[in-house]
Amino acid sequence: MFGLNKKDTSLFFLVLLLVVFAPFLLNPFPEGSELAQFNAGYPDLMQRFLIFGIFAIGFNILFGLTGYLSFGHAAFLGVGSYAGVWMMKLLTMNVIPAIFMSVVFAGLFSLLVGYISLRRSGIYFSILTLAFAQMSFSLAYSVLTPITNGETGLQLALDDPRILGVSSENGAIPPANFFGIPMRESFEMSAGGWLFTFNAGYYLCAVFMMIAFYIAVRIFRSPFGMMLRAVKSNQQRMNFTGLNSRPYTLAAFVISGMYAGLAGGLMVAMDPLAGAERMQWTASGEVVLMTILGGAGTLIGPVLGAGFIKYCENIFSKINDNILYGWFSGLPEGVADFLVFVIHPFIGKGWHLTLGIMFMLIVIFLPGGIMEGVERIGRLFKRKSSSDKNSSARASAAPAE
Amino acid sequence: MDAILLQILNGLDKGSAYALIALGLTLIFGTLGVVNFAHGALFMIGAFCAVTLSRLLSLSFVTIDETQKDFLGNPLKVETPYVEAWFGPQTGSAIIDWAVPLAILFSIPIMALVGLFMERGLIKYFYKRPHADQILVTFGLAIVLQEIIKYFFGANPIPTPAPDVFSGSLDFGALVGMDPNVIIYPYWRIVYFLFAAAIVGAVFAFLRFTTFGMVVRAGMADRQTVGLLGINIDKRFTVMFALAAVVAGLAGVMYAPINSPNYHMGMDFLVLSFVVVVVGGMGSLPGAVLAGFVLGILESFASMAQVVALLPGINQIIIYLVAIVILLTRPRGLMGRKGVMES
Amino acid sequence: MEILRVEGVNKSFGGLRALNNVNFSVEEGTVHAIIGPNGAGKSTFLNCLIGRLIPDTGSVMFGDISLTGMKPYEINQIGVSRVFQTPEIFGDLTLLENIMIPAIAKRDGEFKLHAFKDVSKDAEIRDKALHMLEDVGLAEKKDSVAGSLSRGDKRRLELAMCLSQDPKLLLLDEPTAGMSRADTNNTIDLLKRIGDRGITKVVIEHDMHVVFSLADKVTVLAQGAIIAEGKPEDIKGDPRVQEAYLGGAHL
Repeated sequence: MFGLNKKDTSLFFLVLLLVVFAPFLLNPFPEGSELAQFNAGYPDLMQRFLIFGIFAIGFNILFGLTGYLSFGHAAFLGVGSYAGVWMMKLLTMNVIPAIFMSVVFAGLFSLLVGYISLRRSGIYFSILTLAFAQMSFSLAYSVLTPITNGETGLQLALDDPRILGVSSENGAIPPANFFGIPMRESFEMSAGGWLFTFNAGYYLCAVFMMIAFYIAVRIFRSPFGMMLRAVKSNQQRMNFTGLNSRPYTLAAFVISGMYAGLAGGLMVAMDPLAGAERMQWTASGEVVLMTILGGAGTLIGPVLGAGFIKYCENIFSKINDNILYGWFSGLPEGVADFLVFVIHPFIGKGWHLTLGIMFMLIVIFLPGGIMEGVERIGRLFKRKSSSDKNSSARASAAPAE
Repeated sequence: MDAILLQILNGLDKGSAYALIALGLTLIFGTLGVVNFAHGALFMIGAFCAVTLSRLLSLSFVTIDETQKDFLGNPLKVETPYVEAWFGPQTGSAIIDWAVPLAILFSIPIMALVGLFMERGLIKYFYKRPHADQILVTFGLAIVLQEIIKYFFGANPIPTPAPDVFSGSLDFGALVGMDPNVIIYPYWRIVYFLFAAAIVGAVFAFLRFTTFGMVVRAGMADRQTVGLLGINIDKRFTVMFALAAVVAGLAGVMYAPINSPNYHMGMDFLVLSFVVVVVGGMGSLPGAVLAGFVLGILESFASMAQVVALLPGINQIIIYLVAIVILLTRPRGLMGRKGVMES
Repeated sequence: MEILRVEGVNKSFGGLRALNNVNFSVEEGTVHAIIGPNGAGKSTFLNCLIGRLIPDTGSVMFGDISLTGMKPYEINQIGVSRVFQTPEIFGDLTLLENIMIPAIAKRDGEFKLHAFKDVSKDAEIRDKALHMLEDVGLAEKKDSVAGSLSRGDKRRLELAMCLSQDPKLLLLDEPTAGMSRADTNNTIDLLKRIGDRGITKVVIEHDMHVVFSLADKVTVLAQGAIIAEGKPEDIKGDPRVQEAYLGGAHL
């Protein structure tokens, strides 16, 4: 369907179902229960899942397919954010022009950066992108203050022109909206002890995320995608095969830059402000991490990676010693004290420590990320079942293929 | 003329730090072929060695002096550092005052151990993995190290002063016959530069004149052949990693009085040091040192008021800009060898 | 008709003169072998033909197009393919993909942003690739990863990759190096079959058995210069050639 093969179509619908019903799925625990803190079904967090999912899907098109490790993609997200806020300042609070311009500006900027950086490969490419990102970050903080508002970050104001809309509404800045539907509007549904929130902004992100995912699937299955994998596999052979690898990598770079811009635009649509810290190289490192964690080069891995990291970030930073003591209340006091003492450095503000350790463990033991883990478990399972049922199972499975 | 001299001097201390970190990075890269993103963290740990020692030295016990009262009328509590009690007030306070230079001795074994553990425990498993994996795992390690430091020392910078003797400034202008008070240069920065120069000299001498260094240099040129000669090159490379860690650590120790150590200083320096390594030429030790100083001085020139007025923001981006230009015009950097990191 | 004409090519590396005034031409539809002792400059010569190296002086003409200064992919696009001494294949991709890529390159040119076509539904390319794999006897492995092949199979795959482009000129750098006698004979048969399609070939080879079973003409290179050229039978008895090969013990 939609030009996808059978397997990809089912994958697409699986993702669609997960995204549409996320407000249910992510709120499995009733309100007020002990476990409610593990719920993730509130708009702000769900939006972040999707936005970073888009960012990671795009990054994966570059890194996963071509193997070019960029350490500067946060810069494109930042540029997208600034472009988005400016559209809201100048034009209208409708999010569509803002998102559109985010993608366009990020695309143009990535074209410039990519054109120069892709003259080199390997570590030199990584350092070039890093240098560009740090340069953008520094400039956003200093000289470009008229455009970026420096350290404070770019915000909306009551006296912004908004020539297609209104500057202010009842003495307040009008809300970001999609043709009149405010992004922050939510519909709450309570069923039994459960409370589910359906947020307009979340579903707008969902639409963009599904489009982004669909495009990524098409790219993966296209001749273009195959050429990108050829770049990763053997660039020399590619050149002696009559293919000019430069425009291929540049196209991949710009596409992934536009994805980053889209993510930046959506961030602005959800919360109309933009700051330079979004461009810092550690932010670029985060998207690398998401992609690797999920599984670079796989279709769904980066989305999982982004969701996993944002979820952990949220949960780990929320947990504090009191909550821990709550969990261990059944244990003898000394044991509980000891456990809390051991866990304490990894929670709350120590979340980054957990993140760093997770990162290392993944790179060391599971370079293919979550997807490789799933595959390994799947293989293990298959081996067991096939040895149980001997060869007749294989014979019957073969014609189905 | 005096303005130029001033900028050169100003660039020297930062350049020294860049040069020392880049030197270690290049040593590790040249010998082990590993791109180490955790090298900045080693610099940071060095700086916190200075912090730790100065805290250890000022550990105090409390005595209550009944003869004096504080402003609430309670007996005055007097804190006396243990070292003052042991060595007498004068020697004791001198020791506390000299905490940062003393931290050099303190940090060498610590940094060597940290380097040893890092290489044996992690890096050695990544010799044969792609550079991207090396970057990623050491990046993760850098996060872990800086978070550990943050956990123990907090997020705020910790002022760590140099000994009182060095707190003043040298009127460099008057010294070379210019108007006084034009070129003022803090003593500690001179110390830092001389220290860096000494370390660079020591590392080069070590590589040049010892058998160990000769084997390592041969290993840098052709690891396989050296291995075939029956020389255990791996063991020597472990030592080189520890040495690089010590160099980065010492750079950090002595930098503590210049910029109060904070947990993310390693990351800040790391990015710039990588740029320095690339500009100098991946795998070239003299290149790393040269590029470190050149970029440090260039950065300080770009911060001159006249330059900033002409090209606003140039001071923020000059290093990156130079790196980009160099990488595009001379891909091997200023002094890079052919065939390094070229696939 | 001449398909390739090399005139006065010189190439030095530092003080070493790797190629010394090489003049060389290849007739269309023939198999032309280049032999010579180690270090004679054979590989350097081949690299000068495909744009990997740029000759210091002299010209390389392919038909009436000068190859000097052209990029490797441009040279390939006008019909020159090359099989390398160590097989250069896409190790992470499947065999089928390995052949589809050059086939697509041939059809669509050096770059085309066909990001929305489903490559598996490209029947033309797919059939061609399958056919090619059958030709070299690798059809049953079409979905395995190329990196897992044996060295001999990798060579055959690389050959199939080049053939899928229907090149006008095929350059082979020691196509049988490191192969068993049986594999070598298979490869000779394969190359002979290609000969029937009228593809001109330049072969660098150590194995005289291969040279004499394939070549229409042989050029002998020693120390960067051509010392003899002619039919295989003539070359066999040429004393200069025997001397170049250290007394010609194995000729």
